[in-house]
Amino acid sequence: MKQAPDEAASIKPFSTIPALLDAAPALIARGRFLDCECRLGLIDRPCFASIRSGRIVELTAQPALMRSWRFSFRATPLAWTEYWKPMPRPGWHDLLALTKRGEAVLEGDLHPFMTHLQYFKDLLALPRLPASKAAA
Amino acid sequence: MNGRIEPMTGRYVHVDIGGEMHRIYFEENGAGIPLVCLHTAGADGRQWRHVLADAEFATSFRIIAFDMPWHGKSNPPAQWTGEDYQLTTARYTETIRAFCKALRLDRPAVMGCSIGGRIVLNLAIDHAAEFRALIGLEAADFQQPWYDTAWLNRPDVHGGEVCAALVSGLIAPQSPRASREETLWAYKQSGPGVFKGDLYFYRVDGDLRGRVQRIDTDVCPLYLLTGEYDFSCTPEDTRRTAASIKGARVTIMESLGHFPMSENPEQFRRYIVPVLNEIAKAQVSSKQGVHA
Repeated sequence: MKQAPDEAASIKPFSTIPALLDAAPALIARGRFLDCECRLGLIDRPCFASIRSGRIVELTAQPALMRSWRFSFRATPLAWTEYWKPMPRPGWHDLLALTKRGEAVLEGDLHPFMTHLQYFKDLLALPRLPASKAAA
Repeated sequence: MNGRIEPMTGRYVHVDIGGEMHRIYFEENGAGIPLVCLHTAGADGRQWRHVLADAEFATSFRIIAFDMPWHGKSNPPAQWTGEDYQLTTARYTETIRAFCKALRLDRPAVMGCSIGGRIVLNLAIDHAAEFRALIGLEAADFQQPWYDTAWLNRPDVHGGEVCAALVSGLIAPQSPRASREETLWAYKQSGPGVFKGDLYFYRVDGDLRGRVQRIDTDVCPLYLLTGEYDFSCTPEDTRRTAASIKGARVTIMESLGHFPMSENPEQFRRYIVPVLNEIAKAQVSSKQGVHA
């Protein structure tokens, strides 16, 4: 049986997302009308993200008390590890493939997520390194 | 003239479907066995452009791809008054048979993808003798839904963006970027509610569980090919379906997803060539009076 990845190691790539996003102007432009509070990350310890005009202006790891959020996308450590592989395996390669297989949970008011679905798919794939960089 | 012109030609045929005339756009190329290609839900016949333009296929096949009514360049019928479009099993089956009849196709082979793959199974169940071979891409008798289709057509969500974003994950990560974007472009261009209306057939009306056992592959061969990255119609869905059809041939395609013919035409070609060769060979054997 495959060993579940260490939680701390799984959560680390999330902290890199705001900077990776800042270096992706086309993705910011895709989210230019998006302002929302959401939870993204691990099932047990999601981060709170504040998005303004497509930029993550604040990313807070747990614990954070009494935060409001509109939607939440949380997945298992294994799901994120697989999702971020340079060439993810079938069934682990898309956010909604993860929800279908029961490795991720999407909940709350889904409107901001659905109006910006490709934005969130691309945003959460930012830690996915190209195969060339991963091998380096 | 300096520009490269592709070999397929496009025309319109007027077809009576359910007592209403429909102006159907189709493209074709080649000569020989009629091969009718059915696009996926919410898309159009452009998905087949690489198969249509394939010089080798065109030597044995008259390849034809048509846009379903409401899709691509096939407008809704003139009598349409704006009510919600909704595809049913009966309507889809009737459309395909009427189109083949309008073109006077002699026992065509039919290759359909996704909803086109599902309806191919229904053709095999109820009308097998009218076809010489049936090919279902990303086909199964049923698939587990993975999103609420209400998101596809509502005024506060951009239909083109959400439809494309939903299906983007069904494309294999190995697919070339240009082909991926081209595949999604059709979804971004689809009319409001058309993808959702197609999925009425896929999700609600077209559940073929318990019926596919009736398929007789001695009457018409059935080929099922599914991409390994298709998490909508998974390889397991196709294998499960085939397990109850004696003689159904299954191929799981590596590095491909839900749109094999358009998301990675080169990779798809590797898998479809043996199938088309077999169909062409059967035609030659049949003409020579040889029975397999």
